[in-house]
Amino acid sequence: MRKIIEYLQARLKVVIGTCYVLLAGIVVFACIIDRTHAHTAEGRALPIFWSLFGFIAAVIIIGVARWYGHSGIMTREDYYDDHSAQDD
Amino acid sequence: MTSSFIHPALIMIVGALLIPFIRGPLRKPYLFLVPLLAFGAVISNSSLHGIFATYQFMDWRIVFGRIDKLSTVFAFIMAIMAMIGTLYGLHVDNAKEHMAAWFYVAGSFGAIYCGDYLSLFLFLEMMAFSSVFLIWFRRGEKSLDSGYRYILVHATGGVILLFGILLRYQAVGNMTFNLLDVHHPELYTWLIMIGFALNAAVVPMHFWLPDAYSQASFNGAVFLCAFTTKTAVYTLARACAGMDILVVLGVIMALYGVIYAIMENDIRKLLGWSIVSQVGYMVAGIGIGTELAIDGACAHAVVHILYKSLLFMGTGSVLYMTGKTKFTELGGLYKKMPGTMVFTIIGCLSISAAPFFAAYISKSMIITAGFESHLNWAAWLLMFGAAGTFLYNGLKLPYFLFFGKNNCSEETWAKAADPTWNMMMAMAAGSALCIIVGTFPGFLYRMLPYPVEYNPYTVYHLAETLQLMGFVALAFFLLKKYITPEDKICLDVDWFFRMGGRLFMWIASHPLQWFDTAWGEAYRAVGLRSLMTTSRFWSWFDWHGIDGVVDGFARSIRALGARVRILQSGQVQYSIYYAASFVAILLIAYVLSQLS
Repeated sequence: MRKIIEYLQARLKVVIGTCYVLLAGIVVFACIIDRTHAHTAEGRALPIFWSLFGFIAAVIIIGVARWYGHSGIMTREDYYDDHSAQDD
Repeated sequence: MTSSFIHPALIMIVGALLIPFIRGPLRKPYLFLVPLLAFGAVISNSSLHGIFATYQFMDWRIVFGRIDKLSTVFAFIMAIMAMIGTLYGLHVDNAKEHMAAWFYVAGSFGAIYCGDYLSLFLFLEMMAFSSVFLIWFRRGEKSLDSGYRYILVHATGGVILLFGILLRYQAVGNMTFNLLDVHHPELYTWLIMIGFALNAAVVPMHFWLPDAYSQASFNGAVFLCAFTTKTAVYTLARACAGMDILVVLGVIMALYGVIYAIMENDIRKLLGWSIVSQVGYMVAGIGIGTELAIDGACAHAVVHILYKSLLFMGTGSVLYMTGKTKFTELGGLYKKMPGTMVFTIIGCLSISAAPFFAAYISKSMIITAGFESHLNWAAWLLMFGAAGTFLYNGLKLPYFLFFGKNNCSEETWAKAADPTWNMMMAMAAGSALCIIVGTFPGFLYRMLPYPVEYNPYTVYHLAETLQLMGFVALAFFLLKKYITPEDKICLDVDWFFRMGGRLFMWIASHPLQWFDTAWGEAYRAVGLRSLMTTSRFWSWFDWHGIDGVVDGFARSIRALGARVRILQSGQVQYSIYYAASFVAILLIAYVLSQLS
């Protein structure tokens, strides 16, 4: 397993290129399948709807988590310990 | 007890009590055998249907064995989990830890099979008080505090549930644990729902879960991640199916857990947030309340136990071998822990609902039920949460733990290796089950409470999943620098409780202490003097007044006694003389009175 991973790491550009090809393949697959069983009108109308949904959802989640975390929610490790020490 | 019904809780309790007496080479076979017997009992019970093992206690009918499809599917997965969890911790030498885990499992079996609120309450409390030891037995720096917070929260939840149960008994006159009238909720309906919801870690009553599970022992967390929240899901499915508010709460849980998991630096706390998020799907499914949604919630509970325990076993192995749980102290572990990495990635793919892995066959049932019930907003947001699940659990966790920058110290790196054979076997079993259930869902579907007509392996569902996963992965690799773990903790709603507690302590040690001191001084200066004056007066009054009266009376009696004593000479003739004189006086007085 270790050797396989190191082999792929040594050829990272090829791996990344393969991933992009796979993504393109998924998009093509999504375009050619029957979409009549989609739950929503958006899913039926737009072949790559879930590709866009997934990408946009991930960007929003990363953005919200970063904004929320850096607005004071993420704090130093000893935050509660410090308060305990002060109380003592 | 009906002969055909065998309660697996009884097997686990008796088994737990005997553990300290089974020592040496017999211990490991014994640890394997007892959960196996409990599993056998569950299999045996699954052929039954109805009420068993009833007991009349005062006016209440206590039901220990209510068997239907809902209780059977939950008991089945709990029994499997008891075997896997015990196998994972087979080498743990601390008998008390095994006992705590088995009492915890027994509580879960008891809650699942019971048919009345009284025994349900007792079994839930048994779960709470036994599981806290799984946190304390880690003996970590913060485990004790986390355990106290855990038990405090669950005790509060227990009291709320008990209030609900008593109010319901007063209203309806029975203790039967069945579906509540969720469309016309009374106060007791809300209280019972809140009691269950707290155990299910429903936001905002969720904060105990990431806190406690991240501080539990490496194998304790494997039990914890499976039993409390899923038993709570069972109780919600039994009593609160179709309660609208649960849809809202479930969706909030699904998203809230995602955001916190993205920010989290501790690998096991990340999984704690993941539980909050995944249980959100189940809670939402129960809230939707249709047959497909309830089936979806139950199926998701079953597969969640499989993949979440697998993930906790993987991260527990990292903790067990390295002693570390933070991304900022780990990384690049594929070189040292390849077996653990493979099993953990199977868990990651399973929770991410990848095709042929566990959650693929369950999560979409709940989302489909949302669309079919015209709750599109809920279904959309749950899909949004599914994208987040793949982001933090399918990508962030394995990437930063096994492949990303190596943050290990020399000591950590030297310790890192795949764990003991039993831990590897337990992970292998969990992985196999995740793939089997995900690939061949028919067996699970047949066990669900309602007939299942859902087929997850449609071409559209496959394309939808591949698109979602592929493009979430693209976003992750483009933006991963923005979610690189930082050596920080995340404040949550427990801040209000912790700070509230500290405010109370500050008030006690500052204003109240000052007031107490001032009051003491004032009392000494003013109160004490007046008190001394008052006491001196009462002393004088006691001496001269009360004692004077009492002593004077006593002196008078004594003087009288001295005079009367003269009459008591002890000579018979004097006594006769006095008596005769007295009688004569009486006679004369009588005659005179008659004459007049």
